[in-house]
Amino acid sequence: MTAGAIRTQRPSARQRAVSERARKGLGRRRAVNGVMLVVLATAAVVTVLPLVFILFHLVAKGATSLDIAFFTHMPKPVGEAGGGMANAIVGTLIVIGLAMAFGLPVGVGAGLYLAENRGAWLANSVRFLSDVLNGLPSIVMGIFAWQFLVRPVGHFSALSGGVALGAMMIPMIARTTEEMVRTVPASLREAALALGYARWRTGLTIVLRTASAGIVTGVLVSLARVAGETAPLLFTAFGNQFWSTSITQPIAALPLQIFNYAISPYDDWHRLAWAGALVLIALILVISIVARVATRARFDTGSGD
Amino acid sequence: MSDQRTRLVAESLDAWFGSIHAVHGISLPVPEGSVVAIIGPSGCGKSTFLRCLNRMHETVPTGRVSGRVLLDGRNIYDSGVNPIAVRKHIGMVFQRPTPFPTMSIRDNVAAGLRVMDGHVSRRETDEIVESALRRAALWDEVKDRLGASALALSGGQQQRLCIARALATSPRVLLLDEPTASLDPASTQSVEQLVRELRGEVTIIIVTHNMQQAARISDRTAFFLAGDLVEVAPTEALFTSPSDPRTEAYITGRFG
Repeated sequence: MTAGAIRTQRPSARQRAVSERARKGLGRRRAVNGVMLVVLATAAVVTVLPLVFILFHLVAKGATSLDIAFFTHMPKPVGEAGGGMANAIVGTLIVIGLAMAFGLPVGVGAGLYLAENRGAWLANSVRFLSDVLNGLPSIVMGIFAWQFLVRPVGHFSALSGGVALGAMMIPMIARTTEEMVRTVPASLREAALALGYARWRTGLTIVLRTASAGIVTGVLVSLARVAGETAPLLFTAFGNQFWSTSITQPIAALPLQIFNYAISPYDDWHRLAWAGALVLIALILVISIVARVATRARFDTGSGD
Repeated sequence: MSDQRTRLVAESLDAWFGSIHAVHGISLPVPEGSVVAIIGPSGCGKSTFLRCLNRMHETVPTGRVSGRVLLDGRNIYDSGVNPIAVRKHIGMVFQRPTPFPTMSIRDNVAAGLRVMDGHVSRRETDEIVESALRRAALWDEVKDRLGASALALSGGQQQRLCIARALATSPRVLLLDEPTASLDPASTQSVEQLVRELRGEVTIIIVTHNMQQAARISDRTAFFLAGDLVEVAPTEALFTSPSDPRTEAYITGRFG
């Protein structure tokens, strides 16, 4: 056997030197590898540390104030024990519902346009400007909403809050939609066109539906991001100590209530603020989990081919 | 051939991609119910030519066409003709299977019916889906799971599904653009068998890289080279006694 013949040959001095160096180098490489692994793992843990810390702290501070009454009762005046944030929870749901109603169609429509008209000057400008808009401080959005939606009407309203948050969702949804639509193979578009589908119908029924799982995720992520926004709501929804579901009137919202309670001098209200923060973060967590589940394939037969 | 009506005829058809002249004034008649194969080396314009026959070429941003294509005597490039309407009458199947991933097997086959003029009832749809799947020789394999994702099918089954989808709208012509190029030999055989069975029923134009395939399944074969139609003849004649030396060189494997 040649392999045996090779093995019986004694290695030359040069070969020995090379393998010796390789052994030493291997030890060093292993050490560097170990150190880097520890560094990166630490970075990964630090990434989620704030969330763990916040959750832990919120549960410790807020869980004791969380009871059925928190979800079903209205805020009580200062000095009276108990009371809840029913109006703020419902208010938040209404405001983000309005934001969705405004942001979803515009964002998805814009994203589809960006993806289908790549290279057009309008698409390029819209893409760039929507990235700028994405980085716009939310308080600026609030001021603008106040200027154009609150001041002309003369009073704060849930609707103006929904529009402000919706406007913040649009660039996020548009960019996610664009990315997702781009992953739809051109061959599917061609197949639909070849069947006699008009271009608009191909976009709506074939391309958007194929990309829908990713788009839903993007929408929910953007929803989770704006659900906790406070600054724009200060200028628009404003908050409300009373029960209101009218979209033309000022409306309570969890972030606003948390803000108001947290800056108050009363311990009762501080406790409620912690509980409110816990509910808000739980809401966002639920939205994120729904987003993860929504990305799963819609058929249970598997997606492999 | 003389007793057959001409279903489709291309008359001095030119096609461009931007400034690249991909198809040079090609004229090609296609008799009703026949299978015409187009062969030629890569980049000879055969796919582009095919895509001119259902006005798909113009969906490419730089695509441009001139010339006439008569479908049952009517020019599909007339100014009053809607390309969408043309594509409803001329089905197309591509190189890679293109089932719609969000749709079930049944909905994939019915996809073309949804854009047909006039309402198609649920029962009619079911009947059409079944007959299309039968004609595509896929019914027995999928009849118990019509609601399953089309992606659950194998590559060959997906391609036959696409053929069923194209057949469901009863097209007058079926264009196959290298339909077996991405399939394994067994699936290739089933698609070829299918083309043989559809012969006489549907007018088929098939672009293929594979000369043996053209020889096996077509009535007439056209040889394209660098955008020109070099020769078109009954398949047997073309492969046994080509009249043009370039055709002979290609089919004997001297280039390709």
